[in-house]
Amino acid sequence: MSPTPQRLQITAASPDPALLDLPWHVPLEEWPAETLAALPRGISRHIVRFARLSGRVIAIKEIGETVAYREYELLRQLSRIDVPSVEPVGVITGRRAPDGEPLEAVLITEHLQFSLPYRALFSQSLRPDTATRLIDALAVLLVRLHLTGFYWGDVSLSNTLFRRDAETFEAYLVDAETGDLHDKLSEGQRAYDLEVARVNIIGELMDLQAGEFLEDDVDAVAIGNALAERYTDLWRALTEVETFGYGERWRVQARIDRLNDLGFDVGELDITTDVDGTTVHIQPKVVDAGHHSRRLMRLTGLDVGENQARRLLNDLDEFRAATDRQAEDESFVAHDWLTGVFEPAVRRVPRELRGKLEPAQVFHELLDHRWYLSQQQQRDVPMKEAAKSYVKNILPNRPDEQSILGVQAGDIRETSQFPQVPDIELG
Amino acid sequence: MASVTFDHATRVYPGTERPAVDALNLHIEDGEFLVLVGPSGCGKSTSLRMLAGLEDVNAGSIRIGDRDVTDVQPKDRDIAMVFQNYALYPHMSVADNMGFALKIAGTPKAEIRQRVEEAAQILDLSQYLDRKPKALSGGQRQRVAMGRAIVRQPQVFLMDEPLSNLDAKLRVQTRTQIASLQRRLGVTTVYVTHDQTEALTMGDRIAVLKDGLLQQVGTPREMYDTPQNVFVAGFIGSPAMNIATFPVMDGHANLGRTRIPVERSIIDAFTEEDRNHVTMGFRPEAVEVVPANTPDAIPVIVNIVEELGSDAFVYGSLTNEFGGAANVHSGAGDAQLIVRVDPRKVPGKGETIGIKIRAGEQHLFHAGSGERF
Repeated sequence: MSPTPQRLQITAASPDPALLDLPWHVPLEEWPAETLAALPRGISRHIVRFARLSGRVIAIKEIGETVAYREYELLRQLSRIDVPSVEPVGVITGRRAPDGEPLEAVLITEHLQFSLPYRALFSQSLRPDTATRLIDALAVLLVRLHLTGFYWGDVSLSNTLFRRDAETFEAYLVDAETGDLHDKLSEGQRAYDLEVARVNIIGELMDLQAGEFLEDDVDAVAIGNALAERYTDLWRALTEVETFGYGERWRVQARIDRLNDLGFDVGELDITTDVDGTTVHIQPKVVDAGHHSRRLMRLTGLDVGENQARRLLNDLDEFRAATDRQAEDESFVAHDWLTGVFEPAVRRVPRELRGKLEPAQVFHELLDHRWYLSQQQQRDVPMKEAAKSYVKNILPNRPDEQSILGVQAGDIRETSQFPQVPDIELG
Repeated sequence: MASVTFDHATRVYPGTERPAVDALNLHIEDGEFLVLVGPSGCGKSTSLRMLAGLEDVNAGSIRIGDRDVTDVQPKDRDIAMVFQNYALYPHMSVADNMGFALKIAGTPKAEIRQRVEEAAQILDLSQYLDRKPKALSGGQRQRVAMGRAIVRQPQVFLMDEPLSNLDAKLRVQTRTQIASLQRRLGVTTVYVTHDQTEALTMGDRIAVLKDGLLQQVGTPREMYDTPQNVFVAGFIGSPAMNIATFPVMDGHANLGRTRIPVERSIIDAFTEEDRNHVTMGFRPEAVEVVPANTPDAIPVIVNIVEELGSDAFVYGSLTNEFGGAANVHSGAGDAQLIVRVDPRKVPGKGETIGIKIRAGEQHLFHAGSGERF
């Protein structure tokens, strides 16, 4: 009897026919090098490979069939509710080797462009605040997930990808295998998720120390504990009931402003008063992350990270003040800023350097660079000049971050401090 | 180590009326391996998560030993969720991979080393302690992950479908390992699965749940031999039990032209709800194959024969002369039966065979409530 032929079942929202060309009849571990984009590092539970597909990069994970479908659905739900997470591409089942041996199902996700695995960000010369900024980003992600009722079950740096977001990072969920979406999380679920996160992060940092990618004097336990503190503070700021006297109603607006500052919009605020009406209680019921990025999107159509948006909006405000157009409709001014300032600046980046950073991140660095030059030269350096210097002196030395795959700690230099420019000639 | 007690423990999810777990009463002895099993949505995982502190307990209480933990934070319950996360750290030695949680907790170095060595001994990992995980086989890596939980010396191990993301071969291997390891360690263990084979092969006792209600608790043998209701009868055992409901007339259950005597005491115990019917179950191995025309034999048309070497199973349907075929259910579907036959005397496809239930090997349930007589 001839072996059972392979009968693939592909479940995908928008299937790419090129998927069929990949060697599904071969166990992932044995895929030929020419198919692969890179090999992941570290030991994970499952075999994971990166492959090129129609000009993009996809991540393929071999995993049990039921778990694969479950994770696919979860990732779809997460992207529907706009939580930063990798985009699922699909699930393939029914794989068989030519000898008829059944092969494991695979879950395919889109590789997140310009994302950085945490290992890439740690190196011997770890800037002390890099760890803090990663932890901050992870705390924000965890709070956002918990607000939507998502219990992660295996929070860790390895299950997260980081994208530069101005001077900070934005964290993305990569692995939802142990996750669950609930209506609302219990205190116990949140506490346990946080404890798992704390222990995992400390373990991951200790691992980097064991591999001599991280100085021994970095206090891994303190960094892990910092996550718990950051998370708790943010959770409290977003959900706590605030009580004040009837005469202090300005505090309602103050609370909303504070949440906006943290990057959250208030979708619903509960206001109750005591029976005699002397005390007011307010509690945010629905908060949505992305206050600044939504505003920038509305004004300019640019889809960028929250802190990049904050930076761009500040520049827009400056532009408005400098051109004396405060009285004008904001969206008109925004349009002129986009076409007159932002676009010309990022277009100065030659094509071959565009894989280094995202346009919004380039613009953020440009602003920093202009500030630095202006400081150095004690004059207002125009954007055009700053851009020229940046493209010539700074950007070429940056690593390509469009698709960083399979990196090892120390492969990428941490460069998010103000780019240092030696004495340079302008002109 | 300690016992675990669910005392009328109830979980109602907000916005739902039916409890996900309804007044669960269950006592798990110190050192016991208890498996919670049932179809999806039965409340088994919710029960485990209530014990872990991940789900609120809306009524009743949960105790670990004498300590009421109903309102205790998960990390303060002295439990370990095994296999929750078992990615190993590539640059750390096996010993450090096992002991790092103790290091975080500030345990003295010498004590960590001692506990790690003890765990390694039990896990057969002693000679690998100074190696990196890369040098280990898949099975050994699994054991390192178990080691992480063991060195913490918790009161209770909790495992929620730990094998679900392993391939079939590793699943069977790990199943045996977990069970034998648990016996050696003697740590009270609560294990959740939807797979009744896992339940039967691993548990000291099995608790079957359905719709948030505990159906029966017992040893694998008890569950198999004396299922307390039709649900447990159909759920435990593979291939599943053949179950059918028949009218009883003149002291006999009428199976088409076949008549099976029903004891007087059973008929006397009929309730109004039963409407003079009895639900009868028999396992695939509880029958004898006889020539098709034997009086009182149940005629079965052979659809497929599944030959497993040591065993052979006939998947068959009932002949037309058999009235009420639609009332029959089995692992093969409605109006189908599964029968174990002598693997050296396998009937041909399309052939009609006769079967007779061996005396005393049938299970009788109330047709109304589904409870065992």
